Amino acid sequence: MNKILKYSFIDLIRSNWVISYTAFYFVATFGLLVANGDISKAIISLLHVITILIPLISTVFGVIYFYNSRDYIEMLLAQPIRRSTIFLGQFLGLVLSLCFSFVVGILIPFLVYGVSVSGYLLHFLYVLVAGILMTIIFSALAYLIALLNDNRLRGFGLAILTWLLFAILYDGIFVLAMIKFEEYPLDKVSLIASLFNPIDLSRIFIMLKFDTAALFGYTGALFHQFFGSNLGVVLAGFALLVWCFVPVLIILAKSNQKDF
Amino acid sequence: MRPINIQLILLFLCATLTAGAHTLRVGKNGAYRTVAEAIGQAQPFDTLLLDGEVFFETNIVIDKPMTLDGQGHAVIDGEEKDEILVIDSDSVVVRGLTIQNVGHSFIKDRAGIRVRERNHILIENCILTNTFFGIYLQKSNHTIVRHNVVIGTPGRSETFTGNAIHLWYCDNIEVAYNTVKNHRDGIYFEFVNYGSIHDNYSEQNVRYGLHFMFSNHDDYFKNTFINNGSGVAVMFSKWITMKDNKFLDNWGSASFGLLLKEIYDGELSGNIFRNNTIAIHAEGANRLTIQQNVFEKNGWALKVMGSCFDNHVTGNNFRGNNFNIATNSKQSKDRYDHNYWDDYAGYDLDKDGIGDVPHRPVKLFAYIVERVPISIIMLRSLFIEMINFAEYIVPSLTPENLVDASPAMQPYNL
Repeated sequence: MNKILKYSFIDLIRSNWVISYTAFYFVATFGLLVANGDISKAIISLLHVITILIPLISTVFGVIYFYNSRDYIEMLLAQPIRRSTIFLGQFLGLVLSLCFSFVVGILIPFLVYGVSVSGYLLHFLYVLVAGILMTIIFSALAYLIALLNDNRLRGFGLAILTWLLFAILYDGIFVLAMIKFEEYPLDKVSLIASLFNPIDLSRIFIMLKFDTAALFGYTGALFHQFFGSNLGVVLAGFALLVWCFVPVLIILAKSNQKDF
Repeated sequence: MRPINIQLILLFLCATLTAGAHTLRVGKNGAYRTVAEAIGQAQPFDTLLLDGEVFFETNIVIDKPMTLDGQGHAVIDGEEKDEILVIDSDSVVVRGLTIQNVGHSFIKDRAGIRVRERNHILIENCILTNTFFGIYLQKSNHTIVRHNVVIGTPGRSETFTGNAIHLWYCDNIEVAYNTVKNHRDGIYFEFVNYGSIHDNYSEQNVRYGLHFMFSNHDDYFKNTFINNGSGVAVMFSKWITMKDNKFLDNWGSASFGLLLKEIYDGELSGNIFRNNTIAIHAEGANRLTIQQNVFEKNGWALKVMGSCFDNHVTGNNFRGNNFNIATNSKQSKDRYDHNYWDDYAGYDLDKDGIGDVPHRPVKLFAYIVERVPISIIMLRSLFIEMINFAEYIVPSLTPENLVDASPAMQPYNL
C-alpha cells in the first residue's frame, strides 16, 4: 500500500493542479493577513475558506483524479495486489497531497506573521485541523461518487450536488425549518442538526472559539456550553471522524464488489 | 480712575464672611485625635484639616456647615464595619480624603460618603476604595461631585458590591471628572432632574457603567464607558442629551453599549460606539435624534424594536458591524437619511456625494435572527450570504419603508 500511496502522492504533488492549489492558499492567506492586519481576524476570515472552498476543491479534485487515474487503476488491478490496498493507497495519496498543499499554503504565511507567539496558536490549530478534516471528508465523498458512477458526467454532477447540499441546501432547509417551527424550543434540535453537516459543525465550532461567540447571546448559550465542555469537543470530534471513516469504509466495501 | 480690583473686593468679602471661622487640625499633632471629636467641637463654617495619617472611624456625622479637608493624604478607614462619612448639614465641602473599607451589608446600603437630604454639598478630589456604595446622595440638590476616584474590589458579584456614585431624588447635580471602577453600577441616577454628567470614566463595573432611570432634563457628555458588564442603560426618561460619549468594548452575550428603554425627546450625537455586542438597543424610544455618531465593529449597531417611533437617524457612520440595523417589525416609523453605510452598493452619477439608489440597511438575516434567535448559529454560512444578496436586490421580507433614501458615498469625518 505504501508504494501505491507514495506513487500517487508524488504524482499529484508534481501536478500543476496541486501546485496552483498551494499557491492559491499561499496568496489568499497572505492577502487575508495583510488586509486584516490582525491574526485573529485573519483566522476568522479563513473560516469561509475552510467551510466553502476546501469542500468544493476537494470534491472537484477527488472526482477528476479518480476518473483520470482509471486506466492506472485497471492496470494495477491486473497485478496480484489486494483491491483494498490499491484503492486505499490511492485515496490516501490524494488526501495527503491536498492536505499537504492546504497546510503548507496557510502555515507559512501565518508563521511569517508570528502565529506561534501571538496567543492564537490554539485557535489556528483548530482551523488547521478543521481544514484537514474537511479535506478528508469531501475527497472521500467525491472518490466514492466517482467509484459508483462510471458515467463521468453523472459522477461529476452528483459530486457538485453533494457539495451544494452540504454547503448551501442543508443550511437553507435548516433555516426554513427554524422559521417554520419558531414556536417550538429549537436549541437542542438545531444542536443535533448541526452534527449532521460537517461544514456547519466546523463553522459553529470555530466561531464559538472566537469573540464572535458573544454574538450568539443567550440563545446560543446551549451551543456555547456544549462546545465549551470536554464532552462537546469529544462529541464534535467524534462526529467529524465518523464523517471521515464512513465514506472510506464504503469505498473499501464497494471497491471489492465493483466489476471493472 | 483706576479700575476697581474686583478680585480684591471678593477676597475682602470672603474674609469678612468667614471671619468667625477657625481652622481645626486633627491628628497626632493637632488639637483633636479623632474626626468625630473635632466635628463635635467645631463651629459652623470651620475648616477641619486632617493630618496625613489613618483614622479608624465609622459613622462620622457632619451636622454643621464646614469644610473637611484631607489635604490629599488623610485616610479614614472603616475596617469593613459600617458607613464612614454621613453629611447631615447643608453647605459642606469634603475634599482630598481617602476613604476605604466599608463592609458590605444586605440590610443597609452602607456608603463611603452619604449625603442625607441636604443641599449645596461639594465632594471633590477624594479617593474611595473598597467601599460598598461609594458616594451616595439621597434627596440632595445643587450638589457637585467631581474629580473623585471610586474603585471597588474586583471580582465581586452584583450582590456584594454597591454603586460607585449613587444619586436618588436629586436636582441640579453635577457629576464630573470622576473615575469609577469595579462597582455594581458605575454611576446610578434615579429621579434626578437637571443633572449634568460629564468627563467621567466608568470601567469594569459588574452591571452598568451608567444606570439612569426616571430622570429628566439631564445632559451627559464626554464620558467614557468601557468594558462594563452590560454597558449603559437609560430608561424611562425624557429630554436627555447624550453627546460625545464613548461606549467601548462592552462585549458579552448580554452586553450592549447603550440600552434605551422608554426614552422620549432625547438627542444622541457625536458618540462613538465601538466593539459592543449591541451598540444601541432601543425599545420604546421615541422622537430621538441620533446623529453624527460612529458605529464601528459592533455585533449589532442599532437594534430598533417595533415599539420605537419618529426617531431620526442621520449623518452617522456605520462601519464594520455584523449587522447595521436590526428590527423585529415589518413597519418602520423612523426616518433614516444621509448616513454612511459600509455595505452600500449603489452609485453616484451626479457626483454630489449622495448615492442615487436608496439603501436598505436591514439584512434579511438580521430580520430572521430577530424572529428566530437561535438562527444566529447560521452566521457566516454561505446560504445566508446568498439570501441576503437576493433580498437586497428584491426586497420582500425586510421592512419596506426602512430605507435611507440619501446614503452618503463617503464616511463622515467624525
